[in-house]
Amino acid sequence: MRLVILEDYNLSCEWAAKYIRNRIIQFKPSAGRFFTLGLPTGSTPFGCYKKLIEYHKNGDLSFKYVKTFNMDEYVGLPRDHPESYHSYMWNNFFKHIDIDPANVHILDGNVTDLEAECAAFEKEIAQAGGIDLFVGGIGPDGHIAFNEPGSSLVSRTRVKTLAKDTIIANARFFGNDLAKVPTMALTVGVGTVMDAREVMILITGAHKAFALYKAIEEGVNHMWTVSAFQQHPRTIFVCDEDATLELRVKTVKYFKGLMHVHNQLVDPVLSVKEQ
Amino acid sequence: MPSNKYVSDSTIIQFVNCKILREHKLQRDDLWVREGKILDPEKLFFDEKRSADQRVDCKGLIIAPGFIDVQINGGYGIDFSQATNDVRGGVALVAKKILEHGVTSFLPTLVTSPPNIYHKVLPEVKVHSGGMEGAGVLGFHLEGPFISLEKKGAHPEQYLRSFLSDGISDLIETYGTLDNVAMVTLAPELANSHTVVRELTGRGITVSLGHSVANLSQAEEAVQCGASFITHLFNAMLPFHHRDPGIVGLLTSDQVPHGRTVFYGMIADGIHTNPAALRIAHRAHPSGLVLVTDAIGAMGLPPGRHTLGQQVIEIQGLHAYVAGTKTLCGSIATMDMCVRHFKQASGCSVEEALEAASLHPAQLLGISHAKGMLDYGGDADFVLLDDALNVRATYIAGQEVWRK
Repeated sequence: MRLVILEDYNLSCEWAAKYIRNRIIQFKPSAGRFFTLGLPTGSTPFGCYKKLIEYHKNGDLSFKYVKTFNMDEYVGLPRDHPESYHSYMWNNFFKHIDIDPANVHILDGNVTDLEAECAAFEKEIAQAGGIDLFVGGIGPDGHIAFNEPGSSLVSRTRVKTLAKDTIIANARFFGNDLAKVPTMALTVGVGTVMDAREVMILITGAHKAFALYKAIEEGVNHMWTVSAFQQHPRTIFVCDEDATLELRVKTVKYFKGLMHVHNQLVDPVLSVKEQ
Repeated sequence: MPSNKYVSDSTIIQFVNCKILREHKLQRDDLWVREGKILDPEKLFFDEKRSADQRVDCKGLIIAPGFIDVQINGGYGIDFSQATNDVRGGVALVAKKILEHGVTSFLPTLVTSPPNIYHKVLPEVKVHSGGMEGAGVLGFHLEGPFISLEKKGAHPEQYLRSFLSDGISDLIETYGTLDNVAMVTLAPELANSHTVVRELTGRGITVSLGHSVANLSQAEEAVQCGASFITHLFNAMLPFHHRDPGIVGLLTSDQVPHGRTVFYGMIADGIHTNPAALRIAHRAHPSGLVLVTDAIGAMGLPPGRHTLGQQVIEIQGLHAYVAGTKTLCGSIATMDMCVRHFKQASGCSVEEALEAASLHPAQLLGISHAKGMLDYGGDADFVLLDDALNVRATYIAGQEVWRK
């Protein structure tokens, strides 16, 4: 893996956004060859989306030939509810960029046949040629998407009942009323994300530090599902200083020492204007 | 073809680079329009998987709901209370011209007139939507003749009436018809007024109190019967008195039925109301303030003598008097001037000033689900203004109907 450590939240968001930008532009997507991006929601990627929007508004980045697949969506929450992941993606990303709505894929948690919806989603990913870069976050319990502790490390897109930790973590979006938080969600599986050609995990904040430690310094374990990516050929963890608080000093020093190598991935930062 | 998704081929227009008035705040957001209605872009994106066909760059302008004038007697030489050969043409001319002031809907107002005038004029103009031809007509505002003699103002004394029989017969006899009537101003102290107020309210006609010497109790009773508006507050009514506030007291009355609001018209032209009085009313009851022009036929015309109703008036600068007197007979201010003056005199926010000319009149008329707001599904009647609140362009049903 690459462990890219930036000083603070904003710098880590910017690094991640630059990386995504460069990957899309290097790929030279076109009408016959789309760049497929897996996307997360939540507070961690918020700053990254802001930067991507900025690059788009400056004319440096276009999403015209990008297809997106979101990781998850709540079950039973109306799509226009302000806390649905559809709302999050619209307000924080899609409404500000030039993506074609036909190229956006988000699981629908309001269909009658949830299993069919999950199977269809896997099929759509396959039809799109697989995912080029899957961006994700990590929960305080080390989960990726809604693959809660105990999820199979080869799981596919399916319905999951949320763990207590996750419900508590999400309560802040529902007026701190635990009763209002959805209890089930549709989520891509660990296996689904592992299938991506490249994975980038964003981890910021001291409250994620223990999960990061479990994910990269301990063994592969279905109790900390992000640990599965130790077995992926191309994974980047982008984090801030606070997220490294539970790591060994040796780990942090080693990867900080590689920053000059990591930074070659984002410097120079490319632009569609030059193409 | 049965489908749970709405599919349409109509042009989708996205207004970008603007500040829209939504949920009482100016927000940097885009406004989407299709088929004359305000569109929900998120639904469009996820349900129909479509984006905009056309983008309009508003260059940082404010987009506010179109203004609604509920009291306008004419303009540009047209006097709605005159039975000319071309009543429809006269209303249409004013409707077209007031687009320049940001007005997208209005109530052509008739002052106290003899029955033959009402019988001639009322059937000529129906409620209709606006468009390229002009602002939409929401119905007539009949100001009189069932008003008080002592507070007739500029209304001709000989045509004042009272409710002699059961009230309704008087209305039909006088007006001829109540079709296409949106509002009636009357004096609630007149005998039999309660049945009239109830009947009119029952027919969906807004009842306004004005040109009256009613005390507060009489006014409150009228409100309890359904009255919901006060015609040009302070003018043509008893002045506020601390032991009997009169109609003005409705602004803070505790007898207003729960869930209902008493709205009040203010002519904020800097002449009809002293700015301090405007501020007192605004601070006492900000959510009820409705800006009206009460513009007369001379609005838009050069200084001199002109005809209003059955009388002659004289324009001197921004003032319009009953010829030979110092009695004001209406204003010649335009709605956008009123919005600017109201903001400057009251010190209110831009949002409040704009809502007083759009949201509040829409709420008064019970049409705020469609007009007066920029909510999804509402009519795309709106106005583009600069930060100084000068009108730059007016749109009705999503179509540009006037541009500076």
